[in-house]
Amino acid sequence: MNYSWNWSILIQPPYLGWLASGLELTLVISISAWILALIAGTLVGVVGTLPHRIPRMLAATYVDMFRNIPLLLQLFLWFFVVPELLPSRWGFWLKRDLPFPELWTSMLALGLFTSARVAVQVGSGITAVSSGQRMAAVASGMSPAQTYRLVLLPQAFRIVLPPLTSDFLTVFKNSALALTIGVFELTAQSRQIESFTFQGFEAFTAATIVYLVIALLVTFFMRTLERRVALPDTMGAAS
Amino acid sequence: MTGLDFGVIQRALPFLLEGLALSFFLTAVAMLGGVILGLGLAVIRLSRWKALSILAAGYVNGFRAIPLVLVIFWFYFLVPLALGRSVSALQSVVIAFVLFEAAYYSEIFRAGLQSIRPGQWQAAYACGLGYFQTLRLVVLPQALRNMLPLMITQAVVLFQDTSLVYVISLRDFMTSASIVANRDNRLIETYLFAALVYFVICSIGAASASRLSARWRPA
Repeated sequence: MNYSWNWSILIQPPYLGWLASGLELTLVISISAWILALIAGTLVGVVGTLPHRIPRMLAATYVDMFRNIPLLLQLFLWFFVVPELLPSRWGFWLKRDLPFPELWTSMLALGLFTSARVAVQVGSGITAVSSGQRMAAVASGMSPAQTYRLVLLPQAFRIVLPPLTSDFLTVFKNSALALTIGVFELTAQSRQIESFTFQGFEAFTAATIVYLVIALLVTFFMRTLERRVALPDTMGAAS
Repeated sequence: MTGLDFGVIQRALPFLLEGLALSFFLTAVAMLGGVILGLGLAVIRLSRWKALSILAAGYVNGFRAIPLVLVIFWFYFLVPLALGRSVSALQSVVIAFVLFEAAYYSEIFRAGLQSIRPGQWQAAYACGLGYFQTLRLVVLPQALRNMLPLMITQAVVLFQDTSLVYVISLRDFMTSASIVANRDNRLIETYLFAALVYFVICSIGAASASRLSARWRPA
């Protein structure tokens, strides 16, 4: 192997700045996509457990749509196709006036893609809460909305926290796909450093280490959260 | 927005099918290689050799913590350097996918192997079987039943992930679709068609996985 090492490249300007701004974009996209995924996924997950057949079918269709199309293609659909299919004034605004369209698109696409996974988890969490709880809530005079908000969801979330951790980790990894529509997040920046300096080993190592640290931090954060919110009698009752 | 013209798909169909063939090829090779390597990793990880088991765990967790796009870039850069000669994008991508998938299949195998009760091992040892005989004749046949649906689900994910070779311009289905979309300036038609194709293929895969798991549930 014939390679001239130069690790100092990573702390030289402008490359250190590139990595930092890449990390910033990775975090911004991932965290906002995750928030969107939690909100939309919880809604769809709840709809999927309603007693009526039609909302359940709608929720299942939503999940299938987002799960069976590659994220990369979904990104392209949101970026290239949707603005053309909208009424022309909206499409025009999206294409001309919206600042950072590629950033907003990657948040939206990644968030909705992830929401399908969250919906499946939340749905299975709600199903895992014993049916007596639902009946007791109804018998106490709670409305369906109250039943979900006060009884089912608080327990369901605790049950599905461990699997949600892995979905949360996946968001950070998937955010790398934003580079295909021109967002210079972490992976794109390391690739750019490689093509500018030919120090690919150093550049990719830096990105790899940052992703590993993110994974460790997220895992640690979620474990702490799990321990803080665990109900004594449901410990280890997940899945 | 001018009228839609799906004729573009018909004209580009041979080109798109070639891309689809590459997507299937990549999926098959990555799955085969990933399953073999993943089984090895899982067995090592569950073995008594502490040091090896830690190494295997590090391999699996390392690959699972970084984006596939970065892995593809890594090997696109690393393989020519390690071999000292230039290699095709396809070769580097095949290596990247096999090593990456091995980490994911190894987790499926690990869960599958652990789902077999220890009594089975003990009974096999008591009958005089060795470690690898027990694995091959007693544990794996049972574990495989539990794992097959998960392995198919993973294959569906893998099939979608092959679209990422777009980042190094390898002409799989996704890349071919984007070439057609831009060449003929028919982004809407081409991407919608590509979405439909992926959706149908992945839905079939997902449906067969859930049918299998429903049939084998009470095993």
